[in-house]
Amino acid sequence: MPENTDAAILDGVPPTTQDGTALPQDTRDKARSLWTDAWYDLRRNPVFYISSLVILFLVFISIWPGAIAHTDPLQCDLINSQNGPSGGHWFGFDQQGCDVYSRTVHGARNSVEVGLLSTVGVALLGSVLGGLAGYFGGWLDAILSRVSDIFFGIPILLGGVVFLSAFKGGSVSIVSTFIILLGWPQLARIARGAVITAKEQDYVLAAKALGAGHGRLLLRHIAPNALAPVIVWSTIALGTFISLEATLSFLGVGLKPPAVSWGIDISSASEQIRNAPHMLLFPAGALSITVLAFILLGDAVRDALDPKLR
Amino acid sequence: MTEPTPVTSREPILRVRGLVKHFPLTQGILFKKQVGAVKAVDGVSFDLYPGETLGIVGESGCGKSTVAKLLMNLEQATAGEVFYKGQDITKLSGRALKAVRRNIQMVFQDPYTSLNPRMTVGDIIGEPFDIHPEVAPKGDRRKRVQELLDVVGLNPEYINRYPHQFSGGQRQRIGIARGLALNPEIIICDEPVSALDVSVQAQVINLMEKLQDEFSLSYIFIAHDLSIVRHISDRVGVMYLGKMAEIGSDAAIYEHPTHPYTQALLSAVPVPDPEAREHRERIILSGDVPSPANPPSGCRFRTRCWKAQDRCAQEEPLLAIPARFAQATTPVAHESACHFAEEKDVVGAA
Repeated sequence: MPENTDAAILDGVPPTTQDGTALPQDTRDKARSLWTDAWYDLRRNPVFYISSLVILFLVFISIWPGAIAHTDPLQCDLINSQNGPSGGHWFGFDQQGCDVYSRTVHGARNSVEVGLLSTVGVALLGSVLGGLAGYFGGWLDAILSRVSDIFFGIPILLGGVVFLSAFKGGSVSIVSTFIILLGWPQLARIARGAVITAKEQDYVLAAKALGAGHGRLLLRHIAPNALAPVIVWSTIALGTFISLEATLSFLGVGLKPPAVSWGIDISSASEQIRNAPHMLLFPAGALSITVLAFILLGDAVRDALDPKLR
Repeated sequence: MTEPTPVTSREPILRVRGLVKHFPLTQGILFKKQVGAVKAVDGVSFDLYPGETLGIVGESGCGKSTVAKLLMNLEQATAGEVFYKGQDITKLSGRALKAVRRNIQMVFQDPYTSLNPRMTVGDIIGEPFDIHPEVAPKGDRRKRVQELLDVVGLNPEYINRYPHQFSGGQRQRIGIARGLALNPEIIICDEPVSALDVSVQAQVINLMEKLQDEFSLSYIFIAHDLSIVRHISDRVGVMYLGKMAEIGSDAAIYEHPTHPYTQALLSAVPVPDPEAREHRERIILSGDVPSPANPPSGCRFRTRCWKAQDRCAQEEPLLAIPARFAQATTPVAHESACHFAEEKDVVGAA
């Protein structure tokens, strides 16, 4: 490799990578960045595959619930009330005599919708506001930080009961709006911190010394280097937002019947937990697996994006 | 590219007058109240002549890097002027500032943080052309970037690589290529080699000297390594606690230092010759550098100076050629901010 050696000799170091291995992998080396490295790591992580499969399956059943659940979740017959699992109805029936399997499958859509909508909203609002506060500092930062302090001061469940009870028919969009409203300050803090760290780097000063404007500094230099913690936190938050939706529905202020949701089912099943534990077990299990899958995915992404672990 | 200007033409390209930077110390979160100021740079003046290298030395925290940032307009000066071709650049903004930036560029200290890890080398060196599109037409840029890589001794085929694939010395070459891209007249080097191995330092320094001849650049070379500064500089300024203590040609500073601080610094330079080492006098300064938030009255060096007298506490010494040396014909006649400036034989840097 003649081309490698001449520059290396100039610097008096043998042509090796940082970890000291020789440099034969020039082909794979072509255009590596943190993202390609992270993807390379993820593809070798079984946790990433398992959590991704669970999430893909969830997305699939929330788009086409009919593909695996053939009965209508709203077609109930009181004669079946609290019947346990059987060959024809694997998850049994609930209090109203509805098929728990069908309700669990159909409930995924609302949960996934709330989770995705709130996460996208929180990520956009939080990273834009937090990023601007961190970048410009001064009075903008002071105002945004104090506003987010105020939102931090509101206990999310109390806020949910007060805010959502004002809207009689709880729907996916109202619940998501509420979660975005109370969720963005947390992400804004993370984004603000990441931007402050990134903007003090020498390469940002170097770009400024070249005459780069705010737009270029933010989009080309700061945002790409501040994005990792935002992505990781969002992945983990998605799971907690889904469980928050279930919690609010359980309290009777989130989604409301006849909407089908894990939270509603958990709520109604909890009254009969001694007589018919299967009514609680299946929706609660689905919720736990979903939240776990998103948290594991976030964990895997965090490890992959952390260069110190490489 | 401008014609090479001989060093002898004594019209300065950059004139710095009374440069001051105070960082306010505030209390309170919402209603900020200023309770003091860190006087990082407190009245620094010097000239830079075309084609020369002005070294600025001093220990950590004396304000060297702040001077560099002020000259680049990366920090807003509290007071003072920086004249580039008769224009005070500390007052410029917007388009006029952007135009001046084409002519004054910077090489940073740490090659590991001064290159964006998410950009390829081609993007990093090509960015100056994106910001100043008039310098290179769009179709020409890739070729220009490859030329620049070649100029700094890197393989032009590395254009698609990322910074983490390079060693420290190679990264610093990338930083130099970025600084050269706009064909500047002045390059401010803020400790450009202090993060590199000694063997690599020499290569980078030699490259910078070669480029200076090739592109007739003027350097302001900030460092704490006295030997490197002597090697590359035509003139040297010594800073202490935000002020210039002594400034003069490298012969004046290294062979005829008259300021006690310079003498103390030089006496700490390692001497390779054991014979000479035994004969030289080590000046050990007592105490620490005072806080720049609360500097001593009068001469700033008086708290650590063995010559200090009452006058030093009351009257601030000005940076000027001391009266007793004004008639001297040797390099001892240079500006020194000391009431009791005198020559002292310290074994200089090798």
